[in-house]
Amino acid sequence: MATATGQDTSFQNLILTLQRYWSDYGCTLLQPYDIEMGAGTFHPATTLRALGPKPWNAAYVQPSRRPTDGRYGTNPNRFQHYYQFQVILKPSPENIQELYLNSLYALGIDPSKHDIRFVEDDWESPTLGAWGLGWEVWCDGMEVSQFTYFQQVGGFDCAPVAGELTYGLERLAMYIQGVDDGYELNFNGKEGDKKVTYGDVFKQNEFEYSHYNFNAANTDMLFQHFKDAEAECMSLLENDPPLAMPAYDQCIKASHNFNLLDARGVISVTERQAYIGRVRTLAKACCAAWLNTPASGAVAEEGAE
Amino acid sequence: MAELLLELFSEEIPARMQAKAAADLQKLVSEALASNDVFGEAAKAFVTPRRLALCITGLPTAQADRKEERKGPRVGAPEKALAGFLKSTGLTIEQCEQRDDKKGSFYVAVIEKKGQPLPDLIAQIVPQVIRNFPWSKSMRWGNGSLRWVRPLQSILCVFDGEIVPFEVDGIAAGDSSKGHRFLAPQSFNARSFEDYAEKLSTHRVMLDAEDRAQHIWADAQSLAQAQGLELIDDQALLKEVSGLIEWPTVFMGKIDDEFMGVPQEVLTSTMRANQKYFALKDPKTGALAPRFIVVSNIDPDDAGAAVVNGNERVLRARFSDARFLWDEDKKNRLEDYLPKLEKVVFHAKLGTVAEKTSRISKLAGALASITNADKSLAEQAGALCKADLVSGMVFEFPELQGLMGQYYAKNDGLDEQLAEAIAQHYQPQGPSDDVPAGGVAQAVSLADKLDTLIGFWSIDEKPTGSKDPYALRRAALGVIRMILEGNLRAPLLEVFAKAGGAEKANADLLSFFGDRLKVHLRDKGTRHDLVDAVFALGGQDDLVLIVKRVEALSGFLATDDGKNLLAGYKRAVNILRAEEKKDGAAYQGTADANLFAEDAERALFAQIDEASREAGAAVSSEDFAAAMTALAKLRAPVDRFFEDVVVNAEDASVRKNRLLLLSQIRSALGQVANFSKVEG
Repeated sequence: MATATGQDTSFQNLILTLQRYWSDYGCTLLQPYDIEMGAGTFHPATTLRALGPKPWNAAYVQPSRRPTDGRYGTNPNRFQHYYQFQVILKPSPENIQELYLNSLYALGIDPSKHDIRFVEDDWESPTLGAWGLGWEVWCDGMEVSQFTYFQQVGGFDCAPVAGELTYGLERLAMYIQGVDDGYELNFNGKEGDKKVTYGDVFKQNEFEYSHYNFNAANTDMLFQHFKDAEAECMSLLENDPPLAMPAYDQCIKASHNFNLLDARGVISVTERQAYIGRVRTLAKACCAAWLNTPASGAVAEEGAE
Repeated sequence: MAELLLELFSEEIPARMQAKAAADLQKLVSEALASNDVFGEAAKAFVTPRRLALCITGLPTAQADRKEERKGPRVGAPEKALAGFLKSTGLTIEQCEQRDDKKGSFYVAVIEKKGQPLPDLIAQIVPQVIRNFPWSKSMRWGNGSLRWVRPLQSILCVFDGEIVPFEVDGIAAGDSSKGHRFLAPQSFNARSFEDYAEKLSTHRVMLDAEDRAQHIWADAQSLAQAQGLELIDDQALLKEVSGLIEWPTVFMGKIDDEFMGVPQEVLTSTMRANQKYFALKDPKTGALAPRFIVVSNIDPDDAGAAVVNGNERVLRARFSDARFLWDEDKKNRLEDYLPKLEKVVFHAKLGTVAEKTSRISKLAGALASITNADKSLAEQAGALCKADLVSGMVFEFPELQGLMGQYYAKNDGLDEQLAEAIAQHYQPQGPSDDVPAGGVAQAVSLADKLDTLIGFWSIDEKPTGSKDPYALRRAALGVIRMILEGNLRAPLLEVFAKAGGAEKANADLLSFFGDRLKVHLRDKGTRHDLVDAVFALGGQDDLVLIVKRVEALSGFLATDDGKNLLAGYKRAVNILRAEEKKDGAAYQGTADANLFAEDAERALFAQIDEASREAGAAVSSEDFAAAMTALAKLRAPVDRFFEDVVVNAEDASVRKNRLLLLSQIRSALGQVANFSKVEG
């Protein structure tokens, strides 16, 4: 799989290219977080590290799960599991838009041939108590990235402000490969017998998880998991010393359990707000605890002058 | 005379905020200059996605010198007061003038203020304007503390050909800017507006939003004409798109024929809201054409092949989604959606949408006779009117609520009027929106709105001040317009009771309707006091009759007879009020003909009797203009009465009898309106 210029446009090379690009820029290259989450923003490398005064530049792929987006593998554009490539730059550099555009160029998208736009899109995560202003980035009318200047996370002001770039990898790959069906994406860049498509990897996965999300997940168990995660989160924060990061893991779990319950349709509209509020309470408490750790840079290291 | 050029260059400003930002910039800078007694000849602001610019011409190069006088303490005032005054003015006692007034001498400080050079003044004003700019939403970035709509990157500020030196949060003003992000990203310098405008144009930026819009429209029209198609007018979209690009290039794309079977509204909704494309139609049939217009911010060397191809693919994906939803939705009958409404909460205290629809259904049936609709059809339409809310299509495109229900009802083979009622029951959405036309649609629309109003009144969630989160004022106005425009005879209190409202809340809701009616009539030029005069009669809840009375009253008061009779009425009522207060009694009744001493009394008495009867009959047949004409006959006898007769006669029984006669004037006119509420 290659462009006229010989560039490998496979799904995995897209990731490698972005990793190389942002690694060269100076980002710490992280790996996906090992807990199910709805978006790369939930990774502690974004949520927690966006807070506090310390500079932080990181990039990573995050598998993201949105149970309600399940289509049993039949919709070519919607998956309940997909990949985001996430970049967080704190403080947001002055040339962040150029950096982003150059990364598109590295992927083979030439802005003199393709119409790139920054279209207003304010971001808000009621579960994380977070918001920011920015854009969705359009390439010939297709949304390929989210671009956000974080203003608050967990109810705390972000100072300095972090810039967050989120690439929707499947969409980008479909665009670059000229494929209309996501399952037809060339994953490994080989042809013939050796070619592996996105569908080879994920179609069965989408089918089964759609059933799981919408029909099979045990809701009593999920309600219990939600409660357990909530209780564990609060008790870890009350521990001496408070354990912000393990507590935040529980917050992520609670959030995913809520998403599953939502997909199962067992949460009414009024209850929905209440559940979101409960996750937000956890997120805020974790962020507060994080800001009390030396790693956040907001308080002095123990023993430091 | 000199020129100020200011450009605030930033990352992409949201399209919807641009026009206001340009107006605000012009206003704030002009006002700040004016408050320093500096005025230019002309000012014009510009905005593109990346820059806000302002040019003010005909400015003086310096502020004029100014004299400020401040009145101080009296001569001989305590030392302390004098010292304070001198300190605050920075003058010595010798520099102060002494002036005299009636009470003696006092000090006056005349402070000469040297006018500042304009660059100094601008260097103070502009940073303040930037720091306090009224963005509806603003943000911080990087390490800074400055707030702007998106990161502010550079400031160009030139006065009379020279840079005005100032700095805002580390950004120093200069004379440089940049061209189009992709087409001409180089920096350039400009020291005058002429220079700036010219360089922008060579750097592929159209500064004026109006220019960009005209370009887009003209190019789109010629593309349309070349295909024998007609562009569908959409000024709001044109304005938005003009705010998304600095250099428009217009292309036409194709829509696959396979999607043309999806309802047109769905297609145009997707194109407009999600993709900002203009739609086209076949001028002969009026049907949506399988083409779209896309406006690009670049001018690619492949004549747009890649851009058009990309946009066509995005649209195909979106339309596939829409068609999928359309096909899926059609597999169900509308009534199949109803159980799902049990899970949708309308309002925590007012139950689910399912409960609301069953109330709407019942009420629509009860109102059917008023709107001249078939009762069972109205009930059925009411029961189905919200079913489409849980369809896949409306979940994806909420703005298509109602309309999709209509499509699905037709697909189910349901009655045409019923389908229409589902689509129209949200109308009118605003003062200029049409009210539903058919009787079934009216019954359902009235039922929906009344149920909402009665519900929120029952939980005491009424609009306050500017807060009206449930759009209850709009709902009431909708009811009022439907009743008046459809000439529907729907006594509100009866209707409220049918909707299940409690008596006390209903009375309060009626007065809310009264206020909304006044606002509605005021917008049409009717005096609010005339509405008050009718409401003051009490028991008025039939909007059609109320408006008829108001109209008749308004017509009557425009005549000579009307004006004079009103004056006579007021005189009579004032006398009555004064005498009733003095005597501690109420005078109300019919005078005794035997006690009349003057002809004027007798004449008036006879005329009141006749006019009253005629007016009463006219009122019963709802002919208020005729009632007014009848009452107009009272003008001459009333005038004569006040000329010839002294009400406060020495004989107590004669006096009382005359007061009763005055009360008869009050009662006679009171059949039509309470004239004491009429102003003037």
